[in-house]
Amino acid sequence: MSEPRTLYDKIWDAHVVEEQQSGNSLLYIDRHIIHEVTSPQAFEGLRVAGRDLRRVETILAVPDHNVPTTADRETRVDSLESKTQLDALERNCKEFDVDYIPMMDARQGIVHIVGPEQGFTLPGTTIVCGDSHTSTHGAFGALAFGIGTSEVEHVMATQTLILKRSKNLRIDVSGELGIGVTAKDVALAVIGKIGTAGGTGSVIEFTGSAIKGLSMEGRMTLCNMAIEGGARAGLVEPDDKTYDYIKGKPKAPKAAEFEMAVNYWNSLKSDEGAKYDNEVLIDAAAIVPQVTWGTSPEDVLPITGVVPNPADAHDADSKASTQRSLDYMGLVPGTKLTDVKIDKVFIGSCTNGRIEDMRAVAEVVKGRHIAESVEGLIVPGSGLVKLQAEQEGLDEIFKAAGFDWREPGCSMCLAMNADKVLPNERCASTSNRNFEGRQGPKSRTHLVSPAMAAAAAITGHLTDIREL
Amino acid sequence: MDKFTKIRAVAAPLPITNVDTDMIISQNHLRTIERTGLGKHAFSNIRYHDDGSERDDFVLNKPAYRNAEILISGENFGCGSSREHAPWALTDFGLRCIIAPSFADIFYGNCFKNGLLPIKLPQDIIDDLMEDAEQGANAIFTVDLENLEITRPDGEVVSFEIDGFRQHCLINGLDDIGLTMERSEKISAFEEKQKIQQPWLYK
Ligand code: SF4
Repeated sequence: MSEPRTLYDKIWDAHVVEEQQSGNSLLYIDRHIIHEVTSPQAFEGLRVAGRDLRRVETILAVPDHNVPTTADRETRVDSLESKTQLDALERNCKEFDVDYIPMMDARQGIVHIVGPEQGFTLPGTTIVCGDSHTSTHGAFGALAFGIGTSEVEHVMATQTLILKRSKNLRIDVSGELGIGVTAKDVALAVIGKIGTAGGTGSVIEFTGSAIKGLSMEGRMTLCNMAIEGGARAGLVEPDDKTYDYIKGKPKAPKAAEFEMAVNYWNSLKSDEGAKYDNEVLIDAAAIVPQVTWGTSPEDVLPITGVVPNPADAHDADSKASTQRSLDYMGLVPGTKLTDVKIDKVFIGSCTNGRIEDMRAVAEVVKGRHIAESVEGLIVPGSGLVKLQAEQEGLDEIFKAAGFDWREPGCSMCLAMNADKVLPNERCASTSNRNFEGRQGPKSRTHLVSPAMAAAAAITGHLTDIREL
Repeated sequence: MDKFTKIRAVAAPLPITNVDTDMIISQNHLRTIERTGLGKHAFSNIRYHDDGSERDDFVLNKPAYRNAEILISGENFGCGSSREHAPWALTDFGLRCIIAPSFADIFYGNCFKNGLLPIKLPQDIIDDLMEDAEQGANAIFTVDLENLEITRPDGEVVSFEIDGFRQHCLINGLDDIGLTMERSEKISAFEEKQKIQQPWLYK
């Protein structure tokens, strides 16, 4: 009998083309998603070297970072540079014959939302994209991680990457999540516990009854943020929920082949007794709705908390960084988080732009109106999410509540298009990063779940969803 | 790719933890289809005032550090996005080496593809180097990749470690795509085998 292995070990082992003398492995890559920002230099590299794509059918391209989200988007690309990037993607895909979803196609959306929707994301596969949130796809039991543009080119030309095996980190969340506590709160609580470098050099496998209980959307939210904990990737073992989600998707295996695939996917689960390099146990019942107060996702607290005081920091470094964050965020130590007033609310991104997130928001805002001082933006993660939401009448609920209902894209998550948080404006956002300037120069971001963002929109300040 | 063997240059102190990729190169400068020309935008949010003039309090704007090729910084350098624009901006700006207690994984890998050497050292050594770097124009270090040694301004030598393959590629300026393409037969053999086990991946 061979040693018991983890889910990560199994996927890794199944993709090693060869072990190299250097101690690195040449790892086979099954799936490659590309977008307009990190691919042009890779295509250019191929052209310059006279190289071709090794397996064009393993690539899916979709523009997302730069696209406008207004209804007149086709004619609204706001800058020449954005247009150049979007045009370059289209041109490159034509030239190399890559499967390309154009901006005006109903399937267009954020790469990490489109992949699963198209059945492109499958358990047991290796998936890469020139984007750190590729970890999202780990929700399907796929080894999925972000790469730089040089590696994008490497995968295009060789279908492989030269990599070192990561460590196994297990994060177990067991028990029942309280009312109003979502996958986003679990993700933020995990990062609060391990820190933004806690997962460095590791792949996280999320286990435990609370994880099993999450929907596929929730698992995607969780794995999406594994990268914010510094991990190379996040993983959840595939189960019947996974297979139900995949079944019938355009690019998913069909009929007998689907059965064959499920058999294979079931064999990937971590073996009893498999060894993890590190383990973290979290009690699901103890997690309270979370909100970030600073400029790193690890600057997170339960909504019931107060803005921290740098004087309480345990060392000089964290004292300085807390002070720096508070200055940037314009917050006073000791302020109750629920007293922090906001100017904007952004609901969307690859973290929380899926249909379940739209439903969660609708449930909170139905029959209510957002505060007069607040501007609210809801950007579905893809055209298919938008369609589904409209079929369910959610758009009407949002508009009646005073929200702006937009076309799909990354939007205010990173403010590469026209959707920005203005200098010194404060935003409750369902995205994943609260770095300085992330949502626009001098923007101030508070990361929260969709329901918490909706609640903040209604009251005009950060709000405990359980009290609304 | 630029080779990296040995450099002798000024080291600048940037004692901040979690220097993220948005800080290194902000989103409004990602709209390029080139790899070059990003140096002027490196650290733009902390380097320039709103009107575009330089901030005196940013270390790389200070006369002593304008030609720094080495940066000494805090934990978890390069966290955040996978954007290779970050190392592109740093190298275009003139930096060749970043020394920190730890780096985010994707950024760390991206550095090697661009002739930028990331060196990990324990925090107590970083503290010493940071003090050295505070000496302005006298903060001259030698970084020798062949011998894996840093020589401090006072002549003391500090050793560091790096993966042997990455060291080899950086010293020789090797393009690893070319190297991997030589393994093409092995890759084909893998594909033949995988196609039988998971035919649905070959549609
Ligand atoms: S939604 Fe935000 S985090 Fe996700 S891919 Fe787009 S920019 Fe990146």
